[in-house]
Amino acid sequence: MPDLSINFCGVRSPNPFWLASGPPTNTSYQVMKAFDAGWGGAVWKTIGDPIINTASRYGSIDYKHERMIGLNNIELISDRSIETNFHEISEVKKRFPKNTVIASLMVESKRETWHDIVRRAQESGADLLELNFGCPHGMSERGMGAAVGQVPEYTTLITSWVKEVATIPVIVKLTPNVTDVAHMAAAARQGGADAVSLVNTFNSIVGIDLESFAPRPSVGGYGSHGGYCGPSVKPIALHMVSSVAKHPQVGIPISGIGGVANWQDAVEFMLLGSTSVQVCTAAMHYGFRMVEDMIDGLSQYLEDRGFASAMDVLGKSVDRIRDWGDLDLNYKIVARIDAEKCIGCNLCYIACEDGAHQCITAAERPHGDLRHGELAKHVPRIVEDECVGCNLCALVCPVPGCITMERIDTGRPPMSWRQLQEARGKSPQCSMEELLAGQPAAGD
Amino acid sequence: MHTGPKLTPEQLEENFADINPPLTPSLALEAGSRCLFCYDAPCIKACPTEINIPQFIRQILTQNLVGSARTILSANVLGHSCGRVCPTSVLCEGACVLNAEGKKPVEIGRLQRYAVDHVLDRKIQVLRAGEANGRRVALIGAGPASLSCAAELRRLGYSTVIFDAKPEPGGLNTYGIAAYKMRAADSIREVEMIRGLGVEIRCGVQIGRDVSLAQLEREYDAIFIGVGLGQTEDLSIDAENIRRCVDALSFIEKTKTKGFDHVQVGTKVAVIGGGNTAIDAATAARRLGAEVVYMIYRRSREEMSAFDYEYELANTDGVSFVWQAAPVRVIPDARGRAQALECVRTELGPPDSSGRRSFQPIPGSEFQIEVDMVIKAVGQKKLAFLREIPGLTLDRGKVVVNADTMQTSNPKYFSGGDCVNGGGEVVDAVAHGKRAAKGIHAMLESQRRGVAHA
Repeated sequence: MPDLSINFCGVRSPNPFWLASGPPTNTSYQVMKAFDAGWGGAVWKTIGDPIINTASRYGSIDYKHERMIGLNNIELISDRSIETNFHEISEVKKRFPKNTVIASLMVESKRETWHDIVRRAQESGADLLELNFGCPHGMSERGMGAAVGQVPEYTTLITSWVKEVATIPVIVKLTPNVTDVAHMAAAARQGGADAVSLVNTFNSIVGIDLESFAPRPSVGGYGSHGGYCGPSVKPIALHMVSSVAKHPQVGIPISGIGGVANWQDAVEFMLLGSTSVQVCTAAMHYGFRMVEDMIDGLSQYLEDRGFASAMDVLGKSVDRIRDWGDLDLNYKIVARIDAEKCIGCNLCYIACEDGAHQCITAAERPHGDLRHGELAKHVPRIVEDECVGCNLCALVCPVPGCITMERIDTGRPPMSWRQLQEARGKSPQCSMEELLAGQPAAGD
Repeated sequence: MHTGPKLTPEQLEENFADINPPLTPSLALEAGSRCLFCYDAPCIKACPTEINIPQFIRQILTQNLVGSARTILSANVLGHSCGRVCPTSVLCEGACVLNAEGKKPVEIGRLQRYAVDHVLDRKIQVLRAGEANGRRVALIGAGPASLSCAAELRRLGYSTVIFDAKPEPGGLNTYGIAAYKMRAADSIREVEMIRGLGVEIRCGVQIGRDVSLAQLEREYDAIFIGVGLGQTEDLSIDAENIRRCVDALSFIEKTKTKGFDHVQVGTKVAVIGGGNTAIDAATAARRLGAEVVYMIYRRSREEMSAFDYEYELANTDGVSFVWQAAPVRVIPDARGRAQALECVRTELGPPDSSGRRSFQPIPGSEFQIEVDMVIKAVGQKKLAFLREIPGLTLDRGKVVVNADTMQTSNPKYFSGGDCVNGGGEVVDAVAHGKRAAKGIHAMLESQRRGVAHA
């Protein structure tokens, strides 16, 4: 039985699965229920001066009959008093001493105010602090949340204020609504952060009602941009986590957030360098019980691959994310269709024909129905010589394993763009002059 | 008065409730989501009317239900009834690529009905008549072939008049489809939409009796024959004058036009035949309350022309199949009413001209089945009316047409539907009607240009 526990900045957590700061971690009732269900930790709904919320607060995106593949909210931080929240944290810690409780904090940008709340959080018995520099809606209009996280100097400064009094590790939660999240992570590190968590939600307008013209969620016919999360943001979050993991000036633990809905998602975040993963939308969708398969699935995954500890998979894919210029230009693959598995939908054909490189042929299908005998099998054909190995056909194919990408030996040694340019005696980068002139620089 | 089984009106309604009820919006979304949106989709190629099925399903998913209905109806004006009565398992759904992966096909028929119901329920006219071109076409018979032909002609700007001897339009859609598949009122509702396109329908008018063919030929530029087939064939046995021996189509028609509690049915019923109409009659008899229904068929299960799902339905309804048995005579009681059916066992030989195995009675193997009603469902006769049309070539009673234009040997006459194919699906008749409309248009256009050039 692999060890699922993790060591996050010296704090041991029973497993890497934490509930992210949000509606599921609003009260001790919820957090205790979550710990009973198996969650390793919980980042408390952000504590600060209590706010007043609107109705409604959430909007979502469905895909076909799948509900809520993306969720948007305009809910603010906790609407309960600071005292109540810290009291409840202490209650939870008494009952669940082994589970990790992270106090998420957000107050106005004054040194004394931050000092005060950090001290109170530590007195409550919280294991870690998470500074909410990410909330993109509402709070940012008041100079908090993303308004801090979007300015590296503020991020560094406020983190350093917190660190002046912090006796427990400090996580800075980053907003993705910046040009380079890794730069912000470095700024947090510069301020003394012990770890970063990312990503917070994305600025979003989740939709417009075509009848009333009102945005969703609608507050009496009007709306405001919200924070977007859920399964649809995962790829963007994975990229941001990997960029932070690779950034030479960061080098502190990461808690990965963004669309995690199952153990597989969680492992991806861990492979890209997240020590813990945080979940919110999926728990809001299905309830705390969803962690059961996360625990079971991760455990099975580790066991099947001979890993003794969850910590063993951390960062295993970080080095596999490279600059494009380092990829092998001589690596060649082509698509192959398994005629036995092919069901004849022609989606590979039309995708390649209209959306890619015209490397698949398909004869026009004859008219016919089963009253006049069996229908002839209709299998498109790959023109291998033309195939550029882009994957699109395999991606649109609805049958698992029907279209595979097969390695072709070109007989040529690996050669990246960088190596190629070096061999040509050129820089792999295009200079701004070249870019603007639209032609190679003089002397070429 | 017949003293057959008596069910309450509520039981009867339940027995004849829609066998394939409409999809709810949520079910339609789920069902439609399964469509892969195939390119050059096989379902389209398997539909005689070539409805762009992936397109109409996509339109359902985008809540463009009027557009979805337009996609369907512009290819098949009887999209509602086809959605309900098509043998989809051998047409569009049989061709669905999901079958090849061992999955259930997309429920195309139900989705089609879902979209068309949206406009029928709201009386939204999605098709538009073309600009009047001053030419007139008469159509004989108000069944699916003529309705489709007339609708297509209206879209091309023709003035169209359909004549039908029956009191209501719709042909077999109104009178001949099992009530649990479609009620007469639904067929009429669909016809009303076609009327809304400007197709004139004169019911209760029999051509040759009330209006002469000569008059039609004088008043119209072209004539479409969509008369279908006639009465059920006679059994080659003595049964015609015995009471409680009825033909399947009249029996089914009663379930469509009278209240179910006004349809007489026996307690023990024999249905003679192995086709889809025989199944309809047998299941109707069971649903009306018959305790035992035998289906008597001369050949075996393999040769039966009824579709598999129809056979399954009869099985589910508790119909008892008597294979390889041919009727010999109906034995009447003292008052001339059927009291037993005498059959003879058959043995099967090599395939005959129909492609099915031939059968031979086995002498001395006669046996009797106690029944109090016999329903014959052994195919329909060809209509003698067709012989009145001058210069019309028939092949074994069926109208011979040019398969591309549906033009008959008399160039003024076009034809389609059961009177051409000897009995097909509604969707085949619709396809014929469409093709005939294009044939008529092409002929009249070339005539017009010929005149202009002269």
